[in-house]
Amino acid sequence: MAADTVLAIEGLALDARIRRAIARPVAEAHVEVRAGEIVGLVGESGSGKTLTALSALRLLPDNIEIAAGRIEVGGQDVRALDDAGLAALRGSVAGMVFQDPIGSLNPSMTIGRQVAEGVRIHQGVDRAAAAARAVEALGLVGFPHARERFDAYPHQLSGGLRQRVMIAMAIANEPRLVIADEPTTALDVTVQAQILELLQSLVAELGIGVLLITHDLGVIANAADRVTVMYGGRTVEQCSTLHAFGDMRHPYTEALVASAPTLEGSEATVLRGIPGAPPDPTRPEPGCPFAPRCTRVTAECTVVPPAYEEIGEGRSLACIHPVPAAAHA
Amino acid sequence: MPSPLLELRDVTRTYRAPGTAFGRKRLHALRGVTVTIGEGESVALVGESGCGKSTLARIAVRLESAETGEVLVEGTPRSELSRSQLRAGTTEIQLVPQDASAALDPRMTIAASVGEPLAIHRRGTKAEREARVLDLLDEVGLDRSLAVRFPHQLSGGQRQRVVIARALALEPKLLIADEPVSALDVSVRAQVLNLLRDIRERRSLALLVISHDLAVVRTISERIDVMYLGRIVESGPTAAVIDQPAHPYTAALVAAFPDPDPTTRERRAAPEGEVPSPVDLPTGCAFAGRCPRAVDDCDATDPQLAEHSALRRVACLHPLV
Repeated sequence: MAADTVLAIEGLALDARIRRAIARPVAEAHVEVRAGEIVGLVGESGSGKTLTALSALRLLPDNIEIAAGRIEVGGQDVRALDDAGLAALRGSVAGMVFQDPIGSLNPSMTIGRQVAEGVRIHQGVDRAAAAARAVEALGLVGFPHARERFDAYPHQLSGGLRQRVMIAMAIANEPRLVIADEPTTALDVTVQAQILELLQSLVAELGIGVLLITHDLGVIANAADRVTVMYGGRTVEQCSTLHAFGDMRHPYTEALVASAPTLEGSEATVLRGIPGAPPDPTRPEPGCPFAPRCTRVTAECTVVPPAYEEIGEGRSLACIHPVPAAAHA
Repeated sequence: MPSPLLELRDVTRTYRAPGTAFGRKRLHALRGVTVTIGEGESVALVGESGCGKSTLARIAVRLESAETGEVLVEGTPRSELSRSQLRAGTTEIQLVPQDASAALDPRMTIAASVGEPLAIHRRGTKAEREARVLDLLDEVGLDRSLAVRFPHQLSGGQRQRVVIARALALEPKLLIADEPVSALDVSVRAQVLNLLRDIRERRSLALLVISHDLAVVRTISERIDVMYLGRIVESGPTAAVIDQPAHPYTAALVAAFPDPDPTTRERRAAPEGEVPSPVDLPTGCAFAGRCPRAVDDCDATDPQLAEHSALRRVACLHPLV
């Protein structure tokens, strides 16, 4: 683990109680985010990416428990924290931005007060100082006329501005880590591009680390420095964004990228898609979760899950039969 | 030249603006839209939320009516058709809804849902209809054993195939698909796009895809109409419009589009501002407030869609090309 690591999740496993059965929605997740970078956590629905991210702040639903693994945020062992420690962690060490700003903002409270409230609680300053800091944070996220519109209510703002308010709340206490879960999925394309540019500039200016959770490969390709790919509750590959799209090693990453239509395509392009369906976490199979859909599968893939290991160049992989480097030269 | 399959001529549609007393203010969903779709043609309607693209689809399938303007089906204005002719006409244009899970009755089996249009339009005997449903499931790549299942027992991709099968049941000539893949995971999205393309080729079907996703549109449509605030601002062959946009809004959409290719990241740029409210529209060009090329006359004159070059039309006083 590097000295500037702001989030380290190693070997995380989660148990979920669903009626009387126990399922394992996350079997072995690994995520690392360093200061000053955006790490894209990509995976399809049910891959465990959101639960993995929520574990970092211990925000898991009541029926889900951490079964194994190590979680460190800003050097603190998250699993060992008491309630007071957790509250401090959630406010000032790490901030969170959710997909739906309208559902996450209090409709009956002005946006200025909502941003200032977090500052007052976590920094213990008076109302005036908190309000000043809130105006500053709103300015940082490109909220126009923050002082004049301090008393606006969420419903008076557009979707893009509401998401800027959410980001202002997340960064107001100068956290070292921001976790953003599908922050642009509900936004229009032109506004999405603005929010992604904002995240990138905040990382560059404030040196925070961002974990960007998304199913959208376009968002990853345009905003992330590194990519962590999850499938069936496991981290299967971790590498730079350029490697993930041009020189990936895991067959799932390769199939996923080949499935995404691009602007360079044409009407004649046949998209590859991935036949079959993702695994059911209530019925875990031995071996690699991608084996039933993998084109490179052999008998040994179905015996035990492949170990997640470093393979050089700062990349890691969990695959017995990786895609050779020459395959996509 | 044969009449186009579907033609919307200068169609307008307004709604009472939410939150304004006594409906004094109107929300302008469509402000004079002309769209034509020829037999077997594949057209895309592209734009951001609130641009009117879904309203247009609903008017095309008669879920809404045009306020002014005319809708022509195979050259005949709808206003001149009798009720029974209108009813017969609904089978020619079918809608694939945006949200398949909301569009399927949770208490109906897959077979019943797919066969419902056949039953409503009294096509064949019960046995013939049942056989037809199984053929339709084959056509969309669903296992016949799913016929007796209920929607909640299917995956999102399978449900999307079910609503496509249902839309095909009455042998339409035109399929209108409203964001057909936006709710699906990437790997499943590719399967459904490939399926739509196969069906189109096999049946020589015309396809109108409504989408905000330029990459999806590029893989499935020959022609593209770009909408902004209830107007078509640019129209032309898909490749030409995306590679060389003439309208600054099209250019902004292309520049903002998050292409899943990190090597083209430098080309990305976010445009200024957000789409203004369709309630209080500016007098001149609706895009002028966000347009990097806007000059004084853009605020004064509302540009009309006009011939630009071969096969292309643009509504802009100062086009890029």
